Amino acid sequence: MIPPRHSYLEASARSRLAGILDAGTFREYCGPKARQTSPHLPGLGMPVAFDDGIVVGEGRIDSRQVLIAAQEGGFMGGAIGEVHGAKLAGLIERALDIRPAAVVLLLDSGGVRLQEANAGLIAMGEIQRAIFDARTAGIALIAAIGGRNGCYGGTSIVARSCDVIVASEEGRLSISGPEVIEEVDGIEEFDARDRALVWRTMGAKHRRLIGEIDTLVRDDMTAFRDAIANHIGDSRSMDLDALEAEHARLADRLLRFRDVGDARDVWARLGVNDPDRVSDIETNEFNALVDTLEGEGR
Amino acid sequence: MTEQSSTEHLIEEMFDEAEFVRAGDLVTGEGRLDGYTVSIIGTADRAYIGADVALAMARCVLDIMHDKPARPILIIVDNSGHRLGRWDELMGNNGCIAHLTKCLYAARQRGHRVIGLVNELAVSAGFMALGMSTDACYALPAAEVRVMALGAMARVTKIPLDRLTELCATSPVLGPSVENFMRVGALAGVWSGDLAGHLRAELSKLTKPNDDRRQLGHERGGRMAALDVARRVRAGAEA
Repeated sequence: MIPPRHSYLEASARSRLAGILDAGTFREYCGPKARQTSPHLPGLGMPVAFDDGIVVGEGRIDSRQVLIAAQEGGFMGGAIGEVHGAKLAGLIERALDIRPAAVVLLLDSGGVRLQEANAGLIAMGEIQRAIFDARTAGIALIAAIGGRNGCYGGTSIVARSCDVIVASEEGRLSISGPEVIEEVDGIEEFDARDRALVWRTMGAKHRRLIGEIDTLVRDDMTAFRDAIANHIGDSRSMDLDALEAEHARLADRLLRFRDVGDARDVWARLGVNDPDRVSDIETNEFNALVDTLEGEGR
Repeated sequence: MTEQSSTEHLIEEMFDEAEFVRAGDLVTGEGRLDGYTVSIIGTADRAYIGADVALAMARCVLDIMHDKPARPILIIVDNSGHRLGRWDELMGNNGCIAHLTKCLYAARQRGHRVIGLVNELAVSAGFMALGMSTDACYALPAAEVRVMALGAMARVTKIPLDRLTELCATSPVLGPSVENFMRVGALAGVWSGDLAGHLRAELSKLTKPNDDRRQLGHERGGRMAALDVARRVRAGAEA
């Protein structure tokens, strides 16, 4: 019997943790009983959460020890404020002390929490630095994207600072939100309500095709779990040769697509025969397509 | 001849001798001050950090690592944040900015002292990538650092502008200003008056400083929760 599909997209942060980790292995740090709430939201008349919208702790995946964080997209869009950011930074810093097999970040976030913007922005920098410190120590950082809020703003830079990104086709990874681009550039440049445009510009399939995402999975908890488990230990070097290789890859992309205005033109140039179909095909067929393309991919 | 940007002017004012070139929004070169030679990477005219700008800056950092081992790097920060637009998003500007920051991190690891100086403006991702990735970041007194302009912030947060302006006067985590970014620990200090003197003092520091921004934010009363929360999580404390 095929077990019923368990959507990652629809799940809360805590049920994502339950779905990703070996049963009964999660131990939370600074959890809701600590009542570590935002010191800034009450002054703005806004509600707080006892975990400030992020769950952090340790657990096991296939019996291997990991540190893990899950952003709760239902609280302020998963946005990073002072406490939320400090929990995430502290978790990644802990990797240097206990040397887990990996640090796993289940990201679901619009970026900096504007109600405590300055503290959120500085936290982004601290998180990014902690990621680089852990990577330099040889610990793999794995980001997963497949929640309602996607992965935007500073969180999108955090994601790309990790070794590996796993995403579902519902995942989005981009620095600017569609509405912000529309407001600044005009609706002719970017119509935020054009879901197909948003999807093909920022969605995980485009990101996978240009090599920004490592593994694309269907929206299923077990699929996420398996993909994350497969990437444990996949450290990428940050030495000068590795940085040069990454630089060459990015510079080549910008040169190759400098005149391109739409993702479908990028895909066609990558060798996709029928770019209009990419949006519709299932994950397995899409992944088979990616395998047949040459060049891109890190 | 086009008018010189404030970034170029700043370089000439700060160093005994400096050679630099401007290409688009990018200003790169080197300056000498007393016995020190410093590599300079800056942007001018409140540049937007597009994918191409981020990569051009990363290229400079990589070249310095190859050709000038352990030489100090001065980042002159003057930007309006990341460039908004369809092409930059298509290209994955977040990945290009992450790559730039990674290069600056690697430079610090390899013994380059990386100093930031906000000239006119630093916005959001532009501050994250260039200010936060330094050993220490300073600002000129008239500079502005922000996540978002107050008007836009009022629209997005649905807090009326009057009220928001009022709140910013008392809450260092909320509004733009060098003073607020000092208080949360994001800026080490303000450089006013004798710029060469400030730079010389910074260059003469022998030890490579750890990232003390969280500590600074606590000492200065702008970020009171982060230090303790991060410490407890790092210790694996359940409460």
